[in-house]
This record gives sequence, structure tokens and C-alpha cells, in this order.
Amino acid sequence: MKLAVASGKGGTGKTTVATNLAVTLARHGQSVVYADCDVEAPNGHLFLKPEISRETPVSRLVPKVNPERCIHCGACARICRFNAILSLPDRTLVYEELCHSCGGCALVCPTGAITEAPHPIGIVRIGAAGPVQFVSGELNVGEANGTPLVRSVRQSAPTADWTILDAPPGTACLMIETARECDYALLVTEPTPFGLHDLRLALQVARELKLKCGVVVNRATPPMIELKQLCDAAQAPVLAEIPDRMDIAKAYSEGRLAVDALPDMQPIFDRLRARLALMRPANQQSLSSNSKQAAGASGEKISARHSRIGEAATAPPNSAAPAQRSPHER
Amino acid sequence: MSDDFQVTELAMLSGKGGTGKTSVTASLAALAEKPVLADCDVDASNLPLVMSPRVRRREAFSGGLRARIKSGHCVACGKCEELCRFDAIFFDGPGNGRVSRTFRVDEFACEGCGVCAEFCAEDAIELSAADSGEWYVSDTRFGPLVHARLRPGQGNSGKLTSMVREKAMEIARSAGRKLLLIDGPPGVGCPVIASLTGVSLMLAVTEPTPSGEHDLERILALARHFRIPAMVCVNKYDLNPGLTDQIERRACELGATVAGRIPYDPAVTDAQRKCQTVVEHGRGPAAQAIIRLWNNLSRSFSNLQSEPSRPASVR
Repeated sequence: MKLAVASGKGGTGKTTVATNLAVTLARHGQSVVYADCDVEAPNGHLFLKPEISRETPVSRLVPKVNPERCIHCGACARICRFNAILSLPDRTLVYEELCHSCGGCALVCPTGAITEAPHPIGIVRIGAAGPVQFVSGELNVGEANGTPLVRSVRQSAPTADWTILDAPPGTACLMIETARECDYALLVTEPTPFGLHDLRLALQVARELKLKCGVVVNRATPPMIELKQLCDAAQAPVLAEIPDRMDIAKAYSEGRLAVDALPDMQPIFDRLRARLALMRPANQQSLSSNSKQAAGASGEKISARHSRIGEAATAPPNSAAPAQRSPHER
Repeated sequence: MSDDFQVTELAMLSGKGGTGKTSVTASLAALAEKPVLADCDVDASNLPLVMSPRVRRREAFSGGLRARIKSGHCVACGKCEELCRFDAIFFDGPGNGRVSRTFRVDEFACEGCGVCAEFCAEDAIELSAADSGEWYVSDTRFGPLVHARLRPGQGNSGKLTSMVREKAMEIARSAGRKLLLIDGPPGVGCPVIASLTGVSLMLAVTEPTPSGEHDLERILALARHFRIPAMVCVNKYDLNPGLTDQIERRACELGATVAGRIPYDPAVTDAQRKCQTVVEHGRGPAAQAIIRLWNNLSRSFSNLQSEPSRPASVR
């Protein structure tokens, strides 16, 4: 089961939930991958403290213009929708930071003057934190677009009973890229006006993505009537409540997992695990008994495009670089 | 306006989400004299929740184009799928008289590059402006507020963020208001870059946790990259005073200065529930700390103005 841990508002506890849940699932004998897709501010490693076995630079493709061949026809600048190419009478300028790596310029260039070269955007780390397999992406500071890196993190995650994707806050492109092909979204919120407002946005995006979802309330202060009405109306059950307690905040501030630091936290995550297990799609119920076979069966039900990405996911981790390698360069 | 009229832009950023950017921005708005406010977190805009804005102007925003395949024209040749770099084309569209299945564009994955439309031999793909959201100019009890709502799932938040900042700056100049307060988004990516480039000063709001420290280092690196002077404020500092000391030392090593510390105070959430800023709500420990923070920031503004040609990097 692929589970995106998301939230509209930042700082509600996505990483707390994702890391503690990953460790809990592993303690129940399940194979678990924790994938940190919050590539702008990745924090999972601070709590899981994984041993990293491989670091792979990730790049995206940007155009390079060969001035010997360029005839200054301007076709590249015309097709570029992102103003990343400026065609002047005597030269052609590329603004790499504006480029979306669509490849259109190289395709339309009549003289073959444009080739595409990798532009580094970040790094994917793969390792293990005890029984939890660990993948994370870190965007280079100054890079604007982390989407190809999130894609790379997703594709680098090995197959497992459970893949927990720790999403970036918000409901924009990075969150969408994280939630693609997930079976379920776990939305983490807090019972404040800001938390409630942003949960509403997160529920809306889950609905637009046709993604089933449940809610974890962090810093819960019962009775939280308005919050529960919102969840009821959206048919998103509240699957766990983490109490608003100073000792939980302190454990977090010391970089400790709640399930390790506080004895009464493990049962909360055990119950969350049990309730999530019931949310598994029917075709994955047998996954833990025979992972590979079940994953293959579920892969066949989705489109050709999906199954290709499925192949990438089981390929060796070095398939992460460059991100744009995907199906297009075959 | 005369040429020497300068608007000071102060951007609240953090790297990590939920550290208190919006609560701090709202309180500074209450303390400042005649500010203009810009909520640059267009993805999850919260400043309006404590500002009770009266919307005066509302405009649609389109962040770019989206492709659509006219299923009646598609001959299922697969060229679009082959060329799309964004995995946005799926072979599960409805059939027509010629083929039993056609291709379809996933509007969430499409980035609007138009390559598919350019190379479709049947002219079956059309591009149209995406409905990406709205932006607003509102009145609040502290001054004009420019804010926006990006439709969930839409890209190009950086473009909308830039638009919000530009409009806020126009208003500041035309209304003779000298301070623009920017409530920024979490992270270090495109909307953060759009909120940060060219501002007079960044205030990084963080918290004494490993995540807060880690992400602060990233936002300070971004500020250095763009040569923006940076100040730091640790919120809920008493949660872990030792780590707060360490974070402040680290921030100074990275070229920032410390602007203040805010203690944990339940009044912050209480104020939010009453749609008030912390300093309007009362004079508890957090409110007092924010007033001291504001005094430090004000002094920094006058230093910035007295050294206009100083390089932004304070390394």
C-alpha cells in the first residue's frame, strides 16, 4: 500500500506521523519504505537516523545551443512556453532556471543545434533505519522546481508491503507529484483555525485526485466538534488523535521518535496501523504473504504508463539519475 | 512619488512549515505604522484568517496553459505520449468512430509546454489557459492586504506569488506606505524564491527542534544565495533552551543576526481562535516578546536605509 502523509498547513506533524508509523509497521513484521518527498525541507532522517548506503545526484535536462549550428531562426524561443530561451539575431540565450525540461526546443530545432544536457537539481539518498528502508530527496538550495526530484524519490523507492511517502506541505505541484499513484492519503492536521482552513484545502485536493483519505489530528484538544464535522462531511475518518502534550513536543525537539520516547504513544500508532490495514485496496490484501506476485497483479490493472513507472520503481536505485531518464530516452 | 521614496520589504520565511510565520506577521502588522501586507503563501493562505479582510478587488489568475485532447480527432498514434516529459498522457480516453481508445491528458500532471500539440499530426490537441486561482486586494484594520488562492493542484505558485508582491508594492508606492510585510510560504522552492528575491530583509522564524534547525540552515543559505540580509527569531524557544542557543549561534555563523525569541504561550492559539493578532489579544509573554522583536527589526530598517549601497550579504 502506498500511503501519502500530507497536510495543507506546514508544521502539523507529517514527519512525526510518517516516521512513527513506519517504525510501528516494521515492528509488526511488515516490509516498510519511508520515502521523504518533502525535498525542499526534508526532515525524516533527523528522526529515523538512517545509515545511507547510496547517494545519487539527480538532474534534469536543459538545452545547450551549439553556436556553430544555430541559424537564429527563433523556432526554439517560439515553442518555449516558459520564456527560457531568448533568440537574438546573433545568439541564442538559455535561462536554465526557467526551463521546465519539456524538450520542445531540441525537437523543433531544424539544424540540430540544440542538445539537452543534465542540470543538477538535488540528491536522492537510499539507506536503512533498522528494518525501515529509507529514501529521501534533497533539493539544491536555489533550485526552484523540485518536481523531477520528487518523481525520482518515488521511483527509487523499492517495492514493499507499505510505502510511506512524507509529502511537502500545501496542495501545489510537489504535493500532487508525491500523491500520484498513492492508494491512500493520510492528512495530518491540528485543531486550530489555520489547521482547519488548510485541512479543508487538503480534503479538496484529495477529492480532485480521487484519493481516499483519513485524518490524523495532532495536538488534539477534544472535543474538536468543527474539525470532526468537516471530516464527516468529507467522508474522511479520523484515524488517530495525538494529544497536545509538552512531553511529546519535547521528545520531538530532542530528535526522538515518540514511540521510543513515550510508552503511551506506541498504542496510538498500533491502532493507526490496524485501521490503515483495513483501508488497503482489495488486490493488496495478500501482499505481505507474497509481495512480488501481488504487486505484479495490481500493476497490470492500471495503464501502460503506470506499469512502466512500476518497472522503474523496481529497477536498481541508480536509475534515479537523471530524473528525466524515465521512459523518454529509450 | 519622489525618487527617494523607498519601501522597505520584510519577508517572513522559515523553511519548515508551522513555525509561526503568520502569527508573527500579523502581530508586526498591528505594531507597524501604516504597513501594506502581502500573503505570499498562495497555496495555504492563512493571514486573512486573522485580518478579517474586506475584499475590494478580485482577479482571476492563470498560471499557464493546459493541453486537452479532442477525443473525436485522436487517431491513437501515441506521438503525444511518446513526447510528453511529464507523464501527463494516458491511453484511457473514450473511443471514437476510428479507434476504440484515445489518449487523454491528466490536467494535474500537465505543465502546459505544448509539445504534444505542436507535434500532433491530427491537430487533435488544444491548449487553453488554466484556471489556476484568484488574487485579491482587501482592506484590513491595519492597511491594505494583497492575498491569493491557488486552486489546489495547480502549479506555478511562484508566478502568483510574484503577482501578489508586485501588486502590494504598487499599493505601497501609490499610498505612500513605507513598509511591506510579506508572509511567506514554507520550503525553499519557487514560491519562496519569488517571496525572497530583492527584499530589504528576511526574518527567518524557526523553532528549537532538529527540523527547525535543519530547515533554517537551508533558508539562510537561500538568503545568502540572493544576498538578502537575514535575521532570525526562535519561536517557542523555551521548548528546548539549549537547542535555541545552538540555533542562534549557528545562525550567526551563517551570517544572520538574532532578532528575538518568543516563548511558548497558549495566547497565540487563543488569539487565532478570536481572529486577533497576538499583540491585540493581550500583553502575555509572547506578545511582549513580539514587541521587543519589532523594536529590533525597526532599528535594523533604519540601518538598512542609512547604508543603501551596502551589499546584501552580511557574511
